[in-house]
Amino acid sequence: NDRGYNEKFLYADNRIKTSKYNIFTFLPINLFEQFQRVANAYFLFLLILQLIPQISSLSWFTTIVPLVLVLTITAVKDATDDYVSIAEGPVSGHLASPVLSLQNEKWMNVRVGDIIKLENNQFVAADLLLLSSSEPYGLCYIETAELDGETNLKVRQALSVTSELGADISKLADFDGEVVCEPPNNKLDRFVGTLTWKNNKYPLDNEKLLLRGCVMRNTEWCFGLVVFTGPQTKLMQNCGRTAFKRTSIERLMNTLVLWIFGFLLCMGVILAIGNSIWEEKVGGKFRVYLLWDEVLNDAIFSGFLTFWSYIIILNTVVPISLYVSVEVIRLGHSYFINWDRRMYYRRRDMAAEARTTTLNEELGQVEYIFSDKTGTLTQNIMVFNKCSINGRTYGDIYDEFGHKVEITEKSPSVDFSFNPLRDKKFRFHDHSLVEAVKLGDPAVEEFFRVLALCHTVMPEEKNEGELVYQAQSPDEGALVTAARNFGFVFRARTPETITLYEMGKHSTYQLLAILDFNNIRKRMSVIVRNPKGQIKLYSKGADTILFDRLAPSTEDLIYTTSEHLNEFAGEGLRTLALAYKDLEEDVFAEWMVRLHEASIALENREECLALLYEEIEQDMTLLGATAIEDKLQEGVAETIACLTLASIKIWVLTGDKLETAMNIGYSCNMLRDEMSDVFVITGHTALEVQQQLRTAKEKILGPTREIVNGEKDAEKMDLYRNDSVFEETITSEYALIINGHSLAHALEADLERLLLDTACLCKTVVCCRVTPLQKAQVVDLVKRHKRAVTLAIGDGANDVSMIKTAHIGVGISGQEGMQAVLASDYSFAQFRYLQRLLLVHGRWSYLRMCRFLCYFFYKNFAFTLVHFWFGFFCGFSAQTVYDQWFITLFNIVYTSLPVLAMGLFDQDVNEQNSLRHPKLYELGQLNVLFNKRQFFMCTLHGIYTSFVLFFIPYGAFSSNVRDDGSHIADQQSFAVTIATSLVIVVSVQIGLDTNYWTAVNHFYVWGSLTIYFCILFAMHSNGIFTIFPSHFPFLGTARNTLTQTGVWLVILLTTTVCVMPVLVVRFLRTDLYPTMTDKVRHTQQASRRQRPQEQNLKRVRRTSSRRSAYAFSHQEGYGELITSGRNMKVAVPVFSLLRKRGDPATGTTVVAWSSGSGTRESENTQGQ
Amino acid sequence: MKSQQAANRPDNTAFTQQRLPAWQPMLSAHFVIPGFLLIGMAFIGIGVALYITSQNIQVLEKDYTGTGQYTACSECADMQTIPCICNVTFSLTTLFTGPVFLYYGLSNYYQNYRKYQVSRDDVQLWGDVTKSPGDACAPYQYIDNKPIAPCGSIANSMFNDTFSLYQIINGTMKLVPLDGKGIAWWTDYNIKFRNPSAQGSLQDAFNGTMKPVNWSKPAYELNPSDMNDNGFLNQDFLVWMRTAALPDFQKLYRRITSGDYALGLPPGDYVLQIEYNYAVKDFGRKKVVFSNVTWMGGKNEFLGVAYIVVGSLCLVMSVVMLVVYAKYKFADENA
Repeated sequence: NDRGYNEKFLYADNRIKTSKYNIFTFLPINLFEQFQRVANAYFLFLLILQLIPQISSLSWFTTIVPLVLVLTITAVKDATDDYVSIAEGPVSGHLASPVLSLQNEKWMNVRVGDIIKLENNQFVAADLLLLSSSEPYGLCYIETAELDGETNLKVRQALSVTSELGADISKLADFDGEVVCEPPNNKLDRFVGTLTWKNNKYPLDNEKLLLRGCVMRNTEWCFGLVVFTGPQTKLMQNCGRTAFKRTSIERLMNTLVLWIFGFLLCMGVILAIGNSIWEEKVGGKFRVYLLWDEVLNDAIFSGFLTFWSYIIILNTVVPISLYVSVEVIRLGHSYFINWDRRMYYRRRDMAAEARTTTLNEELGQVEYIFSDKTGTLTQNIMVFNKCSINGRTYGDIYDEFGHKVEITEKSPSVDFSFNPLRDKKFRFHDHSLVEAVKLGDPAVEEFFRVLALCHTVMPEEKNEGELVYQAQSPDEGALVTAARNFGFVFRARTPETITLYEMGKHSTYQLLAILDFNNIRKRMSVIVRNPKGQIKLYSKGADTILFDRLAPSTEDLIYTTSEHLNEFAGEGLRTLALAYKDLEEDVFAEWMVRLHEASIALENREECLALLYEEIEQDMTLLGATAIEDKLQEGVAETIACLTLASIKIWVLTGDKLETAMNIGYSCNMLRDEMSDVFVITGHTALEVQQQLRTAKEKILGPTREIVNGEKDAEKMDLYRNDSVFEETITSEYALIINGHSLAHALEADLERLLLDTACLCKTVVCCRVTPLQKAQVVDLVKRHKRAVTLAIGDGANDVSMIKTAHIGVGISGQEGMQAVLASDYSFAQFRYLQRLLLVHGRWSYLRMCRFLCYFFYKNFAFTLVHFWFGFFCGFSAQTVYDQWFITLFNIVYTSLPVLAMGLFDQDVNEQNSLRHPKLYELGQLNVLFNKRQFFMCTLHGIYTSFVLFFIPYGAFSSNVRDDGSHIADQQSFAVTIATSLVIVVSVQIGLDTNYWTAVNHFYVWGSLTIYFCILFAMHSNGIFTIFPSHFPFLGTARNTLTQTGVWLVILLTTTVCVMPVLVVRFLRTDLYPTMTDKVRHTQQASRRQRPQEQNLKRVRRTSSRRSAYAFSHQEGYGELITSGRNMKVAVPVFSLLRKRGDPATGTTVVAWSSGSGTRESENTQGQ
Repeated sequence: MKSQQAANRPDNTAFTQQRLPAWQPMLSAHFVIPGFLLIGMAFIGIGVALYITSQNIQVLEKDYTGTGQYTACSECADMQTIPCICNVTFSLTTLFTGPVFLYYGLSNYYQNYRKYQVSRDDVQLWGDVTKSPGDACAPYQYIDNKPIAPCGSIANSMFNDTFSLYQIINGTMKLVPLDGKGIAWWTDYNIKFRNPSAQGSLQDAFNGTMKPVNWSKPAYELNPSDMNDNGFLNQDFLVWMRTAALPDFQKLYRRITSGDYALGLPPGDYVLQIEYNYAVKDFGRKKVVFSNVTWMGGKNEFLGVAYIVVGSLCLVMSVVMLVVYAKYKFADENA
């Protein structure tokens, strides 16, 4: 605890340095970083070339001004990014943890070796070794949501020797133990170290460590020794640098820049050869007038120098401002995403956030979405929705005409105020059920009694009437809560009794046996002795199972109930059947004896027990059925339907069970009954899996491709490439569902191709029971073999791997902590926003970026190639056509803003239509707006424009004079004419390219033209010449040239000739081959006045196929836990001990007792 | 409370929600086809006007290189006798409407060659002969360590043939007055070029400088007949210093505006007396051009023809588009 001693070891301080620079290092570091970019280095190289007088064809300022501007903009952007991260830092930095010396130290001042005190509900500031706490035995409770997404409490226990220190400040201050531990790493669940204190060594493990990011709960105070600080903490070690993601457009752009560079070299070579020939044939004869340097008499050497000169002149084909403009546009798009109110979730006050600014246009090209289920598609909230009791359904509401009314948020819900112990959040809409309860209908009472008794929920009553249930699965919690609200309040349990509060009366049931749930039984039962002394067996379970065990006398009831079950299942609800049975005292006693014998049997205990259970669960009486809604997130089905229409394939990767996943598949409309076949792959060996996949594939391809199967493998490769075509031709829809263990085999090298082929032939793919790693593998598989953009969306820590792997990772900022969000590129609160992110923002971004790039390349080609044509008329001497100032300013001042405005604001189709016509999205998937072909079109267009720009003035000027007879064919007038034409032509062109003229566009386009003329006249003015006579030699040219009618006629002609073909081609194309966009635009224009109604993507009602099941994410083993009473040993304040993972007694089972994350945990452990 | 809850709620402005009011133009047939028609007709109109105007301009060109097919001045072409004076005769049958301009033209002469074009010093030409000439002037920068004024290749290669025109009336040669004033741009004469200022004469101002190697006379003696037309402000010098953009060019030499010839050159026989100093025969040709001008400048058939061609193309395209549009519409209605 001696600071001076500890400081010798140079531990990282607790300030997490997320910022890269400080004021002094900013300039050199930033410049160094910037020049590492190829583009900037290239311009630096050019600058150096320009300083060589032999070849310098342009003044140094033509390159340095844009370069400095570009560097400045980038530097400012970097600085603001950096500043933002500094500004965010102190938010956590200023929380104070009282240090031992009772000073309130800032977080950033915490050093390794300090002892700090934490209080309840505080964030842990650094990785601490727990020394002592307010709780007995040095226990301390923490919530680790920030770390691993689990919301349940975890327990940490100090070493007994240190916990004795208690809160004795002086003793703590004297604490001089020495901790030797492993180096900082990112393993959240592992820590190895030893504490040496008073000549004793004590082992340290994870149970004694409080990690940064945890929150103290239920613990008044605790003291901890700082072990790791700042970036060494496990939290920070875990936020590993995400692999740098690049969009496909950017990769294409880089390739194209290289091509352009090659093109530049070609032009340089052509002109250099031209120069050599010219010097040889023509130039030599000018010796009297032009030549002076002996060296230059060598034509070859002259050609060599000319090559470099032309490289300098023509460097503008590689647009210097390209990268910085692209970044600005992307940043703008990101802001638009952040600002979008329709992606703002009011309930949690959460706006969408583009955490990465470099991926926006990729959002317009997504072909595969990999989605997590729990928390992403579903809310992980189970709601007791409907029930069928004694042949009557409850839960629907009808209007006065007997028509079913859609239940919405606004529908009036039942008033449960008669019940003081009700859960206020519970909502039910059908009043008749409450009335039935109040009337004391025995079937209804019995029904709720089953719900209140037959479960493994733990109650907790903090204050009188404030009941909290700890259910191991949310389904069970929902059922018990339902019973509670209808007046059958499950209040307390001991190993032998269950106390209910039945319609205002306390009644205690004696718990005689729990016949626990397992996957084979698909049911659970309890045997209780009710207050009247009767022995009853209450059972709930999958209908198929339960119906086989009913007394035959209830045929009619079974029939109506199963009708109801079908109806519930059709609505995508999870169903359970309930039944009971009265037991005779002696029968039960005899059974009980046998049960006891079986439970102590050494051999075949399991089977014996199962048989006994089976025996007693016979001839039951059906009570009814429950229907639980696994609540989807809002608008999930609609979103999925819409995204499917946009030809986006959605794969669900979930850790859930097969049944649950399928159930959700159906309720999300991803699986439909009209699908031709749903293949379920559950093979346990590679061979089985292969067989199943083969069969599925052959079945799909059977009708279309019978011949193919017989052919060689080599040809399959070719066919694979045509798969996309085949995918289109397959008319019937298929779905593939694959289990985790099968997936493990299918992902091996030899089968992955088969898996991928098969999966891609299916409309829907669901992978269940997958581990986080497998999620990433699946994403990677698609990424590697399909040239498609993948997007992964998830909310939990188990989705992080796939979010990082996919091209785009989207995090749902849900209840499961921040891990997924931290790893993601985009985050928002609801799955349905994905639709808007892709179809609106993504599509627009893609469109804008493509338009922007097309125009940018066009513009630079049109601008630069004029020099090329001029080369043939100036002896290949690398003479520039334009004024040097024009070259300097063209890209950064005259033409940058209009195209930026287009890149930021352009919309081909408004947002409503983007959403209404998801087909529009396919443009991006097919990558039609910017590809190599488009690039060639742009450059050809640019070359054509430059050709016209040079040769029309050439023709007009060759013998022209002014109207006062003095000549005008001088270099400077020529330059001004061409430059003016160029600026006008590119402005007209941007006008044609802009679909959406906002005020900003107008301002920039007209402003740029105005600025051009202003600067032109300013630079050619008397004043600036008299100040810098050697830098502004164009004095008076603008005045003398632009006052001539002839010149304007040339400009007009040039502009028309440049623009006319574009207009014709575009017009004919929209008329002859109208694209989807054109059509939509057309209707959009036409229907400006009359708003068409919103398209309804209603959830389709399904009728057949019952998938009801005991589809709980349930685990076996709780019954035993309860009856043994082992989990009830803890006294009231530390109820949470129950939540401790891995009951030490059972040792093997992983028990998760928290409603929120219990399912997830078991998912994970099961999947692995 | 409510406002606190919505702390992260984005602003609802047209800008942030990307709903800025906007004009969304489309290439609709109602706009494009008539547009093309109009542009086409307008262009043909302009083109015809240009063409006719251009046709009305009278141009008389005389190549006097002295080699090849034109024999004029062949006696001087070998550049043996200097100065060599030769005559070019021509006769006019109609009035050459005035004002008539006399140009000299050089072809295949690369005034736009980069090293040539930069070989000047604008500061020096602005009247500062005391400073050392810029490096771009090399090798016409110094002679014997004295700066050349004006320095550089452009000045050094100044065109130095001179012309005088006579009308032959009854066998006697009547001098046609040639006006050399104001043939350069106003800005060049008044702002961009300045003579060095000094006490005393212009010659004093050029003291300490050398004349360019090719020049026979120093700058301050370029025009012995007009003291104000000397130094850097010599009109011919100014015209020459405004370098041509293309290798075939003509530069204004004189105007014929005064005396009996104010209305133009009347029909008759003329003799153009040329002092042949400038050697071009190795690479190109030189000529004299008489021309008059109109509102659109000198004779230029290219522009008129180009306008007519582009206008016609516009018309053709509008018809094509109309046909396509009608077909498309028709098909659309059928569908």
